[in-house]
Amino acid sequence: MAYAVELKNISVKYGDLDALKNINIQVPEGAFLGIIGPNGGGKTTLLKVVLGLIDPVEGEVKIFGHSLGQAVDQIGYVPQVSNFDRSFPISVLDVVLMARLGGKVRFFHQYKKEDKKKAETVLNQLNLLHLKDRQIGKLSGGQLQRVLIARGLAIEPEILLLDEPTASVDASSSSQIYELLKELNEKKTIIVVTHDMAAVSSYFDSLACLNEKLYHHGDKHLDRETTEQVFGCPVDLIAHGHPHHVFSPHREEENND
Amino acid sequence: MIDAILNYQFMQNAFFAAILASIACGLIGTIIVEKKLVMLSGGIAHTSFGGIGLGYLLNIEPIYGAFGFAIAASLAIASIRRKIGTGSDTLIGMFWALGMALGVLFIGFTPGYPPDISSYLFGDILTVRRMDIWFMGALTIFMILAITSLFNYWKAYLFDEEFLRVLGVNSTLLENFLFVMIALAIVILIRVVGIVLVIALLTAPPAAARLYTDDLKKIMGLAVGFGLIFSFSGLTFSYYYDLPSGAVIIITAALFYFGSVAFKGRNE
Repeated sequence: MAYAVELKNISVKYGDLDALKNINIQVPEGAFLGIIGPNGGGKTTLLKVVLGLIDPVEGEVKIFGHSLGQAVDQIGYVPQVSNFDRSFPISVLDVVLMARLGGKVRFFHQYKKEDKKKAETVLNQLNLLHLKDRQIGKLSGGQLQRVLIARGLAIEPEILLLDEPTASVDASSSSQIYELLKELNEKKTIIVVTHDMAAVSSYFDSLACLNEKLYHHGDKHLDRETTEQVFGCPVDLIAHGHPHHVFSPHREEENND
Repeated sequence: MIDAILNYQFMQNAFFAAILASIACGLIGTIIVEKKLVMLSGGIAHTSFGGIGLGYLLNIEPIYGAFGFAIAASLAIASIRRKIGTGSDTLIGMFWALGMALGVLFIGFTPGYPPDISSYLFGDILTVRRMDIWFMGALTIFMILAITSLFNYWKAYLFDEEFLRVLGVNSTLLENFLFVMIALAIVILIRVVGIVLVIALLTAPPAAARLYTDDLKKIMGLAVGFGLIFSFSGLTFSYYYDLPSGAVIIITAALFYFGSVAFKGRNE
């Protein structure tokens, strides 16, 4: 069976600098993959390669066994909240409707009834429907993040790609977002890029560690040696607070709950 | 003044020029302000002065020269900007001064008395000719069609260009198209407020409108309305008191904007 996302030998250069070097990843359908690594380690670049926003100098990207060009509608992209001008005059509903524009420019394009219905269904699913007419600057960071997830979902993709979904939200919204992603994972393949070790929680079912090269790819049990290689310094593997004890959950604890 | 508009052709021309200028500044100005292309538009406007100089030198209509220069400059800036990435303000500064320098040079080469260029630099709504109106009208109609027919794409492009690209929309094409329209808007406004003052008329109406609504379409509409108020105030003062129209329009616009900021600030 074809992998949901398969990267073969991907290399990307910015000028003379290697951003990514010989990356190979196979993401099976239904996976919940976390890609971690330090800032500047190429995580966002990798995401953009999968999205077709950056052309690699070498290697190829396959989505369900097809080339990228044939698979654009299979991928829902959720960019970083911090990329946005929050004062831009656009409502929540209009942001989500963007996903229904389609790849071709058509003159006098109007959103159809089913587009609006789809957008509202997704907003409802994410508990955002009551905010649909609100301008995006009047949302909290967590709400805006969920609006962007809603937009990604409104494409009706098989794969959801998220760039630092918890970078600009507080701890409680952060776990709320991961709960949501876990739920969505029942039907979709989800890939999350994050530098936040605390967020690398029990939610993921596999991890990839990236710092120009790929150091680890597989289950989520990271050892100290790998993280030191990736981050260049010891990293605290135990996350604090909620959810606690993320990397090797004990059976007894589960029983206690 | 209404009598004059009914009876004199130069007043009719000024009347239509005010309307066309307001439409241009409302539609394109909103896009420029929301996409943060204000300085870039200033650069394109000043570059077009080279075309005015060339027009005098070659003895063709200066406004056609400005039209050519503005479009060439905007496409050149767009493509160089994509290559060098961020940091386009150096590039804009370069074009800004180069265009002015070329204009001065071309005018220097023009035989005979140096022409009066102040109406191109600062605008004079009372000297707009019927021919200018036809030209401005054609550009305005093109612009209205381009913006209304692709409105959903423009909105998406302004908010999140990258997402459009992920969807497979050719955002480079949209960007080039937008830059051409900025050039058109500038050419329309040159006759009314002049090269030097163009930026203020492109920014004040949409920036003021933004204070009153959160909806892109309404901002555009309101900005056209504000533009009309400013343009007609300029026309009135220049008709009754013989004041320079461009300067009056810009001063009204700026006062109105600052007034709106103060007013809205107190309310919240």
